[in-house]
Order: sequence, then structure tokens, then C-alpha cells
Amino acid sequence: MCCLTDSINVTADVDSLRSEIKDKSVRVIDVRREADYKQDHIPTAVNLPLATLLSDDSPERVLKLVNSMGIDDETRVVVYDDTFGALASRVAWTLEYLGHSDVSLLETTYGHWKSLGLENDSQIPDIQSKEHSMNLQSNILATSDYLETAKTRDDVILIDNRERLNFLEQHIPGAISLPYRTLAFNDKILRPKEEMKRLLDNRGVTENSEIITYCGSVGTLSGLAYYALKSAGLSNTKLYVRSFKEWKNLQKPTEKQEDASYWDLSAE
Amino acid sequence: MTLSDLKQSKSDSNPSKINWSRLEEADNFANTVKLFRQGKYDEDSFRRFRLQHGAYGTRMTGDYAMVRIKLPAGEVYPKQLEKISQLSEQYSIGSAHLSTRENIQLHWVVLEDVSEILRSLAEVGLTSREACGNTVRNVMCSPMSGVCSDEKFDATPYALATANFFLRNPMCQNLPRKFKFNFTCCEKHGMVRIVDVGLIPKIKEIDGTTQKGFKIFLGGGLGNKSFVGHQLEEFTPEEDLLYTSMAVVRIFDRLGDRKNLARNRMRYLVNEMGWEKFQNLVLKERAIVRATQSVITTLQVDTTPNEIKRPIRISDESGSTTHDGYARWLKTNTIKQKQPDYRSVFITLEAGDITANQLNALADIIHDFSSEDKARVGFLQNLALRYVHEDDLPHLYSKLLEHGLAKSGALTMTAPIGCSGTTSCNLALTNSHRLAKEIQREFIKLKLDEDDDLSDSSIKISGCPNACAQHSIATIGFFGGGARVGKDMYPNYQMSLGGRSDGDTMLGQTCHRIPAKRVIPVILKIIELFKEHKKPDDTLKTWLHRIVNNNEDSEIQSVNDIKKALEPLVTPPTKEDDPDFYLDYGSDTSYHTKTGKGECAA
Repeated sequence: MCCLTDSINVTADVDSLRSEIKDKSVRVIDVRREADYKQDHIPTAVNLPLATLLSDDSPERVLKLVNSMGIDDETRVVVYDDTFGALASRVAWTLEYLGHSDVSLLETTYGHWKSLGLENDSQIPDIQSKEHSMNLQSNILATSDYLETAKTRDDVILIDNRERLNFLEQHIPGAISLPYRTLAFNDKILRPKEEMKRLLDNRGVTENSEIITYCGSVGTLSGLAYYALKSAGLSNTKLYVRSFKEWKNLQKPTEKQEDASYWDLSAE
Repeated sequence: MTLSDLKQSKSDSNPSKINWSRLEEADNFANTVKLFRQGKYDEDSFRRFRLQHGAYGTRMTGDYAMVRIKLPAGEVYPKQLEKISQLSEQYSIGSAHLSTRENIQLHWVVLEDVSEILRSLAEVGLTSREACGNTVRNVMCSPMSGVCSDEKFDATPYALATANFFLRNPMCQNLPRKFKFNFTCCEKHGMVRIVDVGLIPKIKEIDGTTQKGFKIFLGGGLGNKSFVGHQLEEFTPEEDLLYTSMAVVRIFDRLGDRKNLARNRMRYLVNEMGWEKFQNLVLKERAIVRATQSVITTLQVDTTPNEIKRPIRISDESGSTTHDGYARWLKTNTIKQKQPDYRSVFITLEAGDITANQLNALADIIHDFSSEDKARVGFLQNLALRYVHEDDLPHLYSKLLEHGLAKSGALTMTAPIGCSGTTSCNLALTNSHRLAKEIQREFIKLKLDEDDDLSDSSIKISGCPNACAQHSIATIGFFGGGARVGKDMYPNYQMSLGGRSDGDTMLGQTCHRIPAKRVIPVILKIIELFKEHKKPDDTLKTWLHRIVNNNEDSEIQSVNDIKKALEPLVTPPTKEDDPDFYLDYGSDTSYHTKTGKGECAA
């Protein structure tokens, strides 16, 4: 677990990834839909559509997927998407949970990569299957049971990464609202470290706390937040991966902002 | 037109002329919030500080604020709109709100995030400083200033200079109450008699030379009790503009009521003292101000003309097929400018709300279509693109259509004003905001925007007696309240008729209290009565004007007659017969009035 607190490895910058691709020292994962991937992608990238992962993300299944992508414990992995990093984050987090330590997010989206005129092709690489070990990192996962006990503790901060209106309408009691849009910076999926630190510090989100992130249903937006926190040096962070959808299905208590018709203020 | 007159890429987009921001205020705000949360800053001092920086309280919670971004003279540049778009997604509800005072507001912002917004605003030269609190609020200017065919000269540079002079000026950091300046182009487009200081450009011939100056109105204002402003003197020459403004601010600072929050706007001082006495005091104070400046204090009026560069067209769209609805939009949303071949285009919004995507799209559209490469937020929760070449209008229309910004009726009665009401305001009793949207949707469906008889009328709806939606100057105005049948409450609105804000400014006359769910049928009934009894040249506005001034001779002669005709519509049904009657718009739970502490009316 070399890099949990090392913010440099949270994202891979465009130039480093390009040289790693040239050196054949990286496995690049494209998490967009298969049709998009087939059209064009970053050279050497393999395709793991998020939906494919989510159809069964049990550790056994994930291990098979990882092996089939030619990833062993030592393989350097960079994940990208075209959805402001949220889908890539969910995949990266899943790898991390399995026990893979060397995984980063591409610092930008595929759309931006292309708009910079950088290389892409439609070749589908030949992959030699590899053997990855399974060493589940339960310290980065929050289950509903865990969350229910943890959120009563003073040193735990629960962060909701959905949009503000959804938060006002309904959220897990005690959560604070940090919409995922706050995390990005121009063409980058994450703010620079100092900017991120300042934002979080203003909100009282500091390294003295254990932090749990959640979003609407499958842990994508909150996955991005998980990496945002990590990039700011806040490594004691867990993802409530089943998020608000599960919480509601379990009929656990929720909270709302009362006595205001905020939806009518929206122009949507 | 030579090639050099054409605008090139977006990168040579104008930066704003004046940088209103101070980056250090962002850090200061962040630190002060921390101290406040730690209990090291008392509630009252913190509120004052927060308001001074443009962060207003939010309905029933101390955790959120509304950030009011000032746009002096209403001017806004494409890069600034892009930034506001981004901020609305990051820190607000994915929409922004255009106010009636040329501010853009971000609602439901976490108090701890306000400093991040201030920081980002500074990147594009914008500020929210003194947008709330007991300060000189945003200095407004008519969105038609500079292009209006009735104006004597463009007041915009004077509005900007006045805003610049008073912003952060120690003389107005702690006034008894808020203070408002409005500049206009002409009588018709302005709102000069309903603010503390209202100014209309005027030219005077003195010994054969022409002299620029203003007609200045003082002591007007709308609210729980409204007053129409008084004209200070026949002509105030340009060089006296600043001295007059300073004199008025100084008098208000010295004599204004600091105790009674409900009666401490300057209009109450003028009313209590009597106009003549106040007028004398201002003229004397002005002489003192003029005589005692240790250095020559002048307004920094920048009258360099704006660059007018027609955007380059990649393809010539003239002769392309026009959309259905184009003619209707052209008629109800655009005004010919005094500059030949150019029009000003008003964007219809719903009660001033605009999405992040639309703001972003607008930034591009302004750059691509406005030859001055900026826009003006107007007085009516809308936005104007000026200097659009006539030939570009069809293309502009189709662009606006792509982004849901081509709704018709911006300049007609079908675009009602609705304050934020119970969507965010502590004082609101009803959801005036949603009601304005409901009326607009219904009236556009009925094509009332195409009716010339209705186009110069207005509908304005406030969610409480404080007149943020300026209901008292509306042709048909409403302010919200609660009423009850037995123990069941329902939302309703006090209606007033015949208000106006032009050269014949007057406050509307009180008519019925109208249940919220009956407002639409009541307005339609008034229109029906008007159609029945109008004279050939009448508009709804002129007809109602005669009625409220007792000059009408038809069957409907007075507000009382209208009242009688509306009677059947306003009687409450039982809750069993019509449960919906007892609910406010946008709510499915039983209606009750609930308010928090107000911080200022706007």
C-alpha cells in the first residue's frame, strides 16, 4: 500500500501517460461504452464499460476481470472515462478495493484528450491473462451497517456528492453537501491540491476525521470525491459504494430541508 | 464595413472595463466564517459583515446563503456569464436568478462556500460587495441606455462612475438602511421615481452651448409603504451629479432613522420632514460638499465609446428558412435601436431563472451576435443583447431556440415578475416565484403576448408586503399573504390595479384579495372586462389608468366595479369541494404561513 497518502499518484498527467504507453509500462482502462471504445480510444487501452463491472462487482468476478485485462499485482494501471472522471473513479476504486495499489485516474477526460489532438486509434490490443492476488481493502469500503454506527461518532464526516437540489430534498441525516461539480477544475477532473485543500478546510473536512462519501446509487460521483479527498492528502476515506439508493431501500432514516419550495427556483 | 471592424475569435472578447473585485475579501470572508462558527464573532456583527459582502440569509436555515452578484449598470460580459454558470453548478442549484435590480443571484449556497465564490468572481472582475446590507446597492442603469431613441445621452458611464465612487467608500458603509440609485435613458424605460435617487439624462441650452445634466428624483421607494420620488430641481448639471449624490447620502447618514427597521429607508425621512424642507437641506448640503472638498473630487466618467464590431459570419444565413414563431418573437422580444440596422433583443426567462447550461450558451451567443460583445441585465428579471444586426436576427433566433431561450413575450405582460418567495426567502408567505411561472406558461399558451392591447401592461408578484417584485407599480400587482376558512389556511394575494413607473408614476390601487389558485382566472376576467368596455385606442394600461383616476365613463368606472365583477371568483370553496384551493403552488402539503427574520427587503 505504497501510495494511499501520496497525492501525486491519484491522477496521471497526460504527458506521463503518453510516455508510459510508449514504454509499454502501463495498462490503460477505458470505461466508456463498448461502442464508443470501438470507435476510438487511447492507444493500447482495454475496455471495461462501467455497466459490465456493475453487473456483478463481487470480488471473485472483479478478480476474473482484472486477470483478463492482464493486470497482476505489479501492473501500473491508469483509468479514464468521458464523464468527468466519475466512472473511472468507480473502476479505480474497485481495483483498489481488490488490493491493487498502483492505479491512477487520467487527469482529464477522453473528450479533452481528443480535443488536444493527442493520439488515439481503434486497435483492440491482444491481452495475455495474468494472475492477480486478492487482498480486500475493507478500510476503504463503507457498508450501510458500518455507516449507521460510524455516523454517530464525532470524528466521522459524511459527504453527499449529489447535486444541491437532490441533497435539499433528501439526504442521510448529518451529511454535508459537496456536489461533485465542485471537485473539477477547468479541463482537469480534480482541482489542484492546494485548491482542494482550501475548499475542504473551509468546510471543516480535515485530516483529523474519518470521511465517508456517498452519492445517488452506484458510487460514481462519490468515487470521484473519494479520489478528490485522497488528492488533498485525506487518506482516511471510505466510499459508501451502494450509496443513497440502498440506504432508502433499507428504509433507513433520511432528512430534508423543510419549509422551502427550492425546486421552483430551478430553471430546469 | 472594413474587415478590421469585425470581431475575431472569442479570445479577443472584451474584458470588463472596470474590475469591481478585491481578491483579499474572499480570504477575509473565509476566515470570518470560521471565527463565527467557533463562536468568536457574535451573531449581529457577523450578519452585518456577511451582508456587506453580498451574502443574504436563506429561508429557515443558517447553513445556506444567497450570494448576490452586482452588475453595475447591468453590464455583463461573456466570460463573466461563463463563470457564473460554473459557480451555479458548483455551489448552488444549477440555476442562477436574475433579479429586478441587475444582480445575478446564486441561492442555496453553503455559507462556508461563499468565499470560494468570491474568489472565482474576482477572476472575472465581479463582486458581491455591498449587494446587501445598509449600503449603496447596485447602481442601476436602463438596459436601453445608449441605444434608446428617446434618450438625450447615454447615462451608462455616469452610472458606472457612481457605482465605482461609492463601492467600498467609507462614507456609505454603515447607512441607516440600504440606498438605491437608478439611472435611466428616458421616462418610459426607467424606474427613477421609485428609488432613493433616480436620474434621467437631460440636455440644456445655456448661452448657446449645450450642457449635459440630469433630472434627479429623490425619496421614492417601494415596500410595505411606498412613495413616489420628488424632482430635486429643474436641471442638475453634470458636474453637480457627484456633489448632489454625496449630499443626499450624507443627509441620510446623519438624519435617517437608525432605530426603527421598518421605517428607516430615506423615503420615510423625506415624508416625515416634508419635501420642501428636505429639498432645501439637500441644496445646502450640496453647497457645503462642493466647498469643503480638500481635493477636487470628481466622478471618473469614462465616455470612450464602446467598440462596435459586427461578429464575423462563417456562412451567410440570410434567406435561410425562418422558424415558426420567429415573427412572434421578433415582435414581442426586440426593440429597434437609435443606431440604424441594429436591434436590442430581450431574452424571456421564467421569473428570472436561468440554467447553468443556458448561461454558458448565452456567453457564446452574446459573443457571436452582439456587436458590443456584452449584455445588459434589465429591470424585469431578463437580459438584453444589444447591437444585434437586423440581418442576424433569424440566425440568432434559431440559436436561442436550441437552448430554450427563444420564448416570446419578454417585453409584454406575459413575462410576470416574481420575487423568490418561499423558494428561498425568509420573509415570504407565498410561492410568488412559481405563480409568476404558472401565469407565464398559461398566457403564452393563450398567445396573450401577441395582443397589442396588453403589451404595455405588467404583472408583478411579491411573496409578502415588502415589494421586491415591485408589485405596487404593476398594472396588475400582487403581494402574498395567508387567509383562512375556519381553521383551514389558504394562500392568497392582495391585488392592486393601475400602478406604473413611467413619467406618470403612480402606485396601484388596492382591489380584492385573490386566492392563489384564482389569480389566473381573475387576470383573465379583468382582460375580458377590458375587452368588453375598452375604447378603440385603449390598452389595458390606459383603460385601468382612467379607472383608478375616476375618469372612466363606461359601465366599469371604478376599482369597486371591478371588485364586484370578480366577486364570484374569489369566494373560497369548502376544502371537501376543492382541496387544491388550499394548497400553494409547488406544494402538496397543507398551507401555513411561516417566516423567519428578514435582513432587507430586496
